[in-house]
Amino acid sequence: MSEQLLRVEDLSVHFALPTGFLGGHRPLKAVDGVSFTLAAGETLGIVGESGCGKSTLGRAILRLIEPTAGRVVWQGQPLGALAADALRGLRRDLQIVFQDPLAALDPRMTIGEIIAEPLVTHEPALGRAAIRARVEAIMAETGLLPQLINRYPHEFSGGQCQRVGIARAMILQPKLIVCDEPVSALDVSIQAQIVNLLMRLQASHGLAMLFISHDLAVVRHVSHRILVLYLGRLMELAECHDLLAAPRHPYTQALISAVPIPDPARERRKRRIVLTGELPSPLDPPSGCVFRTRCPHARPICAEQIPRIEPVRFGHSIACHRWQELPATPPAALA
Amino acid sequence: MSLALPDGSEQLLAIEGRSLWQDAWRRLLRNKAAIVAMILLAIIAAMAVLAPWLSPHPYDEIYWERIQAPPDFANQHWFGTDGNGRDLFVRTLYGARVSLMVGILATGVSLLIGVLYGATAGFLGGRIDSLMMRFVDFMYSMPFMFFVILLMVVFGRNIFLIFVALGAVEWLTMARIVRGQTLSVKRRDFIEAAHAAGVRKRKIITRHIIPNVLGPVIVYMTLTIPQVILTESFLSFLGLGVQEPLTSWGVLIAEGAQQMESAPWMLIFPASFLAVTLFCFNFLGDGLRDALDPKDR
Ligand code: SF4
Repeated sequence: MSEQLLRVEDLSVHFALPTGFLGGHRPLKAVDGVSFTLAAGETLGIVGESGCGKSTLGRAILRLIEPTAGRVVWQGQPLGALAADALRGLRRDLQIVFQDPLAALDPRMTIGEIIAEPLVTHEPALGRAAIRARVEAIMAETGLLPQLINRYPHEFSGGQCQRVGIARAMILQPKLIVCDEPVSALDVSIQAQIVNLLMRLQASHGLAMLFISHDLAVVRHVSHRILVLYLGRLMELAECHDLLAAPRHPYTQALISAVPIPDPARERRKRRIVLTGELPSPLDPPSGCVFRTRCPHARPICAEQIPRIEPVRFGHSIACHRWQELPATPPAALA
Repeated sequence: MSLALPDGSEQLLAIEGRSLWQDAWRRLLRNKAAIVAMILLAIIAAMAVLAPWLSPHPYDEIYWERIQAPPDFANQHWFGTDGNGRDLFVRTLYGARVSLMVGILATGVSLLIGVLYGATAGFLGGRIDSLMMRFVDFMYSMPFMFFVILLMVVFGRNIFLIFVALGAVEWLTMARIVRGQTLSVKRRDFIEAAHAAGVRKRKIITRHIIPNVLGPVIVYMTLTIPQVILTESFLSFLGLGVQEPLTSWGVLIAEGAQQMESAPWMLIFPASFLAVTLFCFNFLGDGLRDALDPKDR
């Protein structure tokens, strides 16, 4: 593996939800014991249904939310140990792109001011002309006409707003970008453009990227590796190709079987694994394996013990008691 | 909206966008009622400021030979005179001075306290927020008119006391509005984006939160001014307002109401000034609300 940028160790984010009026609290385990690493120039896709804690995970890594437990190590430095000022300084390397492109832009500011904000914050000595030149350069790179610099967000389409968001994230030449569902609020016709823009930027700048999405079809397109999350827990983590060709975890298998295949003949022959039941409330997750209420292979042990994260082989890990007994590919899936 | 530019035109000048403020201003200018209101308010304010130069009579000069005289152009008593033989036109304008000043200053006081208090509570959140807002709730439940009357009795009739008392009542609502707005703005993604960019808290408040909270505050401000004027009139009507020979619209109306039958001009002129002003502020406030309302966009 090339230079390791980010190491996430056993990260948990629990929210205390007040219950009733007696000041009691109930933990909501949004993220529970997630670990992974990320190398420079690599994209890790994080998939899971909505409410599985993937956005919380992204924010906890950037320390926009304080993690309850675990460590985030950035270039050998644990972020949790940093003072507020040092962390603020590090933020120039860590950026984020949001899901709702319009909501992420201050409606009272011009596009130019929005894109320049990180630059002005981290390089306060920069003159106006220099700022403007940098803003125009990044606008051009993200596919925005530099003439639009004095426009306001509400005059833009969703796709353009997302380009502005990306330009703002890119202006300091960060090392890591967390993309939180960057295309799911956009028109289907625009999604591909934005995904391609992100991939192009990543390739040309050697960015590390965390690509968070509920849409496996998009994630598989951009990611080198994929992490599957369910109710805040890591289910399976593998190279993109391995995960798609030979998913080991029952949940991953179900996710993959739900992705439509562009070939109608194969699509018809394919057997879907339909998940029964509702996604359990994260307030009241099932005991043992959190997936057991919907898992077609669940056994009594699944309710008793939390499955450990075990290596299938190098770079492929899984949290399931029965992975060794279960078939490697979903029956008649993508084959 | 089309953003396509004729390619090759090599247009180096940036296209100017229209900010939300400019948009709102434009919408306001399209609202005829609001424009008329603004013009009328400007005229009334100008008249109040220029009062000593608009009439040959001083506001406290008593003309013994013309007590309760009807409007009379020969002596330049355009609105007639009051029960003490003072020129009503000048007194109405001096009343405007006091009423408008009370309205604006008390609103200013409430704005200052309310915005600071509300934004602090909203931004800090949590326990501090709920403590601060419980205090507001507590104050709300107080019979304030009673307190104002008590204050007047204890400290005597003092115009500054009126400002302070009215401002102290009005800031409660302002604080609630600002806190609510701050809470909702604070949760929006662009605030998180600013955090992610490493912007300091103080900068986030001044650069992002305050400009986004300002719209509703301005609307509420234009609606507070007439409310304060009305409260002041009410206090004056009860005889707790400004000290003679100074006057306010409330005092004039109170005197006029007593002479309604014998000298109707004493009621009609100050009352119409008050009514027009209140209407104008309300129309302006409505116009501003429509203009600033994001749902219209
Ligand atoms: S541990 Fe049991 S319930 Fe969980 S995924 Fe594996 S087989 Fe299914």
